[in-house]
Amino acid sequence: MSDLKITGLHKHYGKFHAVKGVSLDVPAGEFTVLVGPSGCGKSTLLRCIAGLEETSDGKVEIGGKDVTYARPRDRDIAMVFQNYALYPYLNVNDNIAFGLRARKFGEAEIGKRVKRASEMLGIGHLLERFPRELSGGQRQRVAIGRAIVRDAILYLFDEPLSNLDAQLRDDMRVEIRRLHQELGRTMVYVTHDQIEAMTLADRIVLLRDGVIEQQGAPLELFERPTNRFVAGFLGSPKMNFLKATYGKEGVMLADGTGLPLPGRPGLKTGQAVILGLRPQHISMAGKTVAKGHARVPVTIELVQPTGSRVQVTMPLGGGSIVAELGAHDVSKPGEKAHIDLDMTRAVIIDPETENVI
Amino acid sequence: MSALPFHRRKDVRLALRYTIAIALVLIFVFPVYWLFIISFKTPDEIFAFPPVWYPESLQLANYKVLFKDGDAVTVWNSLVLASVSTVFAMVLGTIAAYSLVRFKTGGENLAVWIISQRMMPPVAIVFPIFLLYVWLGWVDTYHGLIILYTAFSLPYVIWMMRGYIEDIPLELEESALVDGCTRWEVLWKVVFPMARSGLFATAVFTFVFAWNDFLFALVLTRTEVTTYTVQVTHYFGGQSNFWAKIAAMSVLGTIPVFIAVATMQRYLVRGISMGAVKG
Repeated sequence: MSDLKITGLHKHYGKFHAVKGVSLDVPAGEFTVLVGPSGCGKSTLLRCIAGLEETSDGKVEIGGKDVTYARPRDRDIAMVFQNYALYPYLNVNDNIAFGLRARKFGEAEIGKRVKRASEMLGIGHLLERFPRELSGGQRQRVAIGRAIVRDAILYLFDEPLSNLDAQLRDDMRVEIRRLHQELGRTMVYVTHDQIEAMTLADRIVLLRDGVIEQQGAPLELFERPTNRFVAGFLGSPKMNFLKATYGKEGVMLADGTGLPLPGRPGLKTGQAVILGLRPQHISMAGKTVAKGHARVPVTIELVQPTGSRVQVTMPLGGGSIVAELGAHDVSKPGEKAHIDLDMTRAVIIDPETENVI
Repeated sequence: MSALPFHRRKDVRLALRYTIAIALVLIFVFPVYWLFIISFKTPDEIFAFPPVWYPESLQLANYKVLFKDGDAVTVWNSLVLASVSTVFAMVLGTIAAYSLVRFKTGGENLAVWIISQRMMPPVAIVFPIFLLYVWLGWVDTYHGLIILYTAFSLPYVIWMMRGYIEDIPLELEESALVDGCTRWEVLWKVVFPMARSGLFATAVFTFVFAWNDFLFALVLTRTEVTTYTVQVTHYFGGQSNFWAKIAAMSVLGTIPVFIAVATMQRYLVRGISMGAVKG
């Protein structure tokens, strides 16, 4: 049974059409991440699920119950907000207990649950403190504690990590993933950060302009994007896109460089295409050219070491590409080298429709 | 020029500062002291020349007269009118302000229209109101003045509370809604505690407005609910002024306001400055 089912949901703000007929099915226990650039409607969609925004059209079902017109409190959900939304006049204990008190739980039960939730999050020793006495990471833990202390059908997260610094964000990401494994609850998580989406999700729902562009397991979206937007959004550094023409031998780049392309049915000779290639699928030339790879000479333009790897920018085929190479593969700009492109992983895009062929 | 050493110069400056401060305090506190001390003087001492700076003994006779003649009950009347109307205005005004902020009730213009009602000079409407009250039979009644004070304080309360409520992060309320609260519970458990300083500051000003009202009380009361402000004027006579009674009554009238401001001081300062930052 699905814990959340959305059918043809629309949301208008005056003339602005924020969500355009989204349908979504989230099975019980799944961690679903709504991701997309700002303004794509992901937060609006989440707020419609929570009942904080009225839907303009469509249906929302939670736990098999139609809640399209239900108040937030009647939807059996818990939510973690971007700015933590902690009550500054209550201590940690009372903040976590707030939802239970609102739902008239007994004090003994509240005590037991707050203890369990706070220990799970490692904030058991902070219960007497007030929010102003906590660090950002601790506040975020309290906010999460306030959600998991409840027995909700659905847990919603609205960009909960975006106010934390990079190091803390990594830690909390692990924490949230661990919580999901321990609790096995259905979670819907909104973020604009594709790395967060990739690492947390059982399933990614990628939105743009109020429409679902693609949904599926993270690796499925990463390896088999259905259009240029999806291909470009996921992955860091971004996928390289080069203008090319399809021919018998493979594809020919704008400057005449020919690259072999193993069997792609559905392509016509002379057809204009966009060649998409991930930086991870480009490597320094080895002794032999592996099957399905294309070897090209390049001149290094820019070198950005990241520690374990190095991001190298170089001109190719009338454009410019980024490759992620081994840390010591290249040393400085101006260097001449040969690189191998893994054409078996290449994505071919129709420039007219921007869909993957 | 023989300059003083640095630390000496600092001492001189400090001494000068204290002298000015003390002089200013004396100038401002003296009238209050004088009022206060007159209320404890005998008639002879009040009119003595040279003035009696402090009486031989503190006479409570002036106060006794006020209580014996029943004049002191006017302070009680003022207290009831000001307190009850403040509670009404705060409750109704805060709810109205919440509605203006969160539900955009009345669009952009209703809030401005409401505050514009406060601009109306009371004297311009006091006589129409008097005629209305005569017709309703509300002259010289508690509820008549309470309704009037509430109505007159409401625009101020709504305007002030609107600013304080706008400062409350929306997420706090949304979180409470998701956690199982109704709108009324959100108001009670989130909005009131978050706007506490503003609530107290606004309440004190509302109370003081009603407490100090003279015009409405003068026109709309006779004998039953006379307020202390009106009562004091009865002591100014054509032939003579009852200075002892004026002073004693004024002291009685100052005490409740003094207590209100003193107990709320912490919130008052915070509340006012909060509004100031908001602009």
